[in-house]
Amino acid sequence: MNSKINKSHYGYFFIAPFFIGFAVFGLIPILYTFYLSLTKWDGFSDPIFIGWDNYARIVQDTFFYQAILNTLIIWIISIVPQLILALVLALILNEKFVRGKHFFRAVYYFPHIITPITLGVMFSLMFDWQTGSVNKLLLEFGWVSEPVNWFNSPWWSRAIVGLVICWQYFGFNLIVFIAGLQSIPSEVYEAAEVDGASKLQTAWWITLPMLRPVFLFTFITSVIGGLQLFDAPLMLGNGPDNATRTMVMYLYETAFKNFDYSYGSAIAYAIFIVVMFFTLITARASRLKD
Amino acid sequence: MNEATREPMRLGPIVAKTVMYLFLILIAITCLVPFYSMFITSTHANSDIARSLLFWPGDQFMENYNRLIETVNIWRGFANTIFITVAFTCLNLYFAALAGYGFSKYNFKYRGGLFLFVLGTMMIPGQLGIIGFYKLMNALNMLNTYWPLILTGIRDAFGIFLMKQIADSSVPNEIIESGRIDGYGELSIFHKLILPLMAPGLATLGIFSFIGKWNDFLTPMIILFDNDLQTLPVMIASVKSQFSSDFGAQYVGIVISVVPILIFFSIMSKRIISGVAAGAVKG
Repeated sequence: MNSKINKSHYGYFFIAPFFIGFAVFGLIPILYTFYLSLTKWDGFSDPIFIGWDNYARIVQDTFFYQAILNTLIIWIISIVPQLILALVLALILNEKFVRGKHFFRAVYYFPHIITPITLGVMFSLMFDWQTGSVNKLLLEFGWVSEPVNWFNSPWWSRAIVGLVICWQYFGFNLIVFIAGLQSIPSEVYEAAEVDGASKLQTAWWITLPMLRPVFLFTFITSVIGGLQLFDAPLMLGNGPDNATRTMVMYLYETAFKNFDYSYGSAIAYAIFIVVMFFTLITARASRLKD
Repeated sequence: MNEATREPMRLGPIVAKTVMYLFLILIAITCLVPFYSMFITSTHANSDIARSLLFWPGDQFMENYNRLIETVNIWRGFANTIFITVAFTCLNLYFAALAGYGFSKYNFKYRGGLFLFVLGTMMIPGQLGIIGFYKLMNALNMLNTYWPLILTGIRDAFGIFLMKQIADSSVPNEIIESGRIDGYGELSIFHKLILPLMAPGLATLGIFSFIGKWNDFLTPMIILFDNDLQTLPVMIASVKSQFSSDFGAQYVGIVISVVPILIFFSIMSKRIISGVAAGAVKG
């Protein structure tokens, strides 16, 4: 016992690398980005301090508002079917009679570990106007008379980006939901069965309410992740009138394509504020329901 | 099975089960068809890809492949990504285990507060400091090197969280005591006695950090300039712009990017899925 107390300060040495690493690769860059956001800088000469001018510019930047709106629209398009699908599949896969549970789970989860860049390129090929397999299939069935120019329409473009995200993430949420379902004690179900509740009644009145913490977890992670969409949408392009340009895509274009590092820094902070805002709203809204 | 024997056979449950199975299979097909279509299409010439819907393999894979390889050294990108990912993962595992064990077993001052701080860093969006990161790496002469991509493995808050859980549950204090009695230093206790005990948890974390790093795109793209240093995802992205009208070559690029993941996943799927489930329940 004595020896343990004497050795406690060794703990600092064990955790020190994290804090050094965080300071160098996390904190200093974040603070430096904030400093840059208060300057005007062409990348060559010294940055000139200009105060809050970049932020004043953001407040009037319609491109940024459009990027927020695009991100939210794509997020909603992807999250609603994604959660419903994940939930329904989780409820089915949690049934005792289902065979091949592992196979189904593995297949549903597979898209989630594919490189998002690859998925973006894959879907841009599939939905290509002239050569994409989706148009070929629709023509084959006679559902359309001529190829649909998906990426020429703002809403189709957004829907396709949403589809990619939905397709990529529903399997992940499915695994999380199944884990949540399995943590519900079986006595609860047995009690419901004794009381004569049907499967649907059990699902609605018992399973769903008991899954609330899991829903909260998925919702918050998907808000944080969904608002930072970048890789896959980048491969699908900005869309007509920038309809699918997300917030992080706008940051990337401003800083690393137009080399406006100082304005880009301000956008990075603006994105941070937007993400925090929606995360808090989500957390608050989920708690209010209690 | 029990229901069927206990109750008289009714049509309702059978229909319901059939519908459920059909639904499961339909969604499974939706997950797999894009990959199948991509394999098939990569084996056809551009003229065929443009003309018709393809169901069966063709014989043009090598032609498409050769056109791709002439411009983009995709295997080099593959090797680069393996190198970066393995180096990152090793560093990540070691330091996550180190800090997780430190938080779990040493009762130092401000332990709780510091651990909360570690968890708090997980809430910071990754791109918040990206411009400052780029500038700092420039100042440190680390642009166009792998250091910025690998060294960031030291600061993995999620890994520390996971490893603390593992150390809490599977490292008994008696082992540490016995190591001290045997005269080992604190660090060699960790190396000789603790790390092996944490191996199962390290395997789970290793899978996550491997996949995460493998898929990483933004950081390598802005940090690396030389084409020969680039990672696979950045090369795939450049294939899309460089071969904008050569669909066969693009499809081959996708296949090369997906097949290794497919093989990796077929071997590891049980472990990956149980790891995701465990991570979610703890989180």
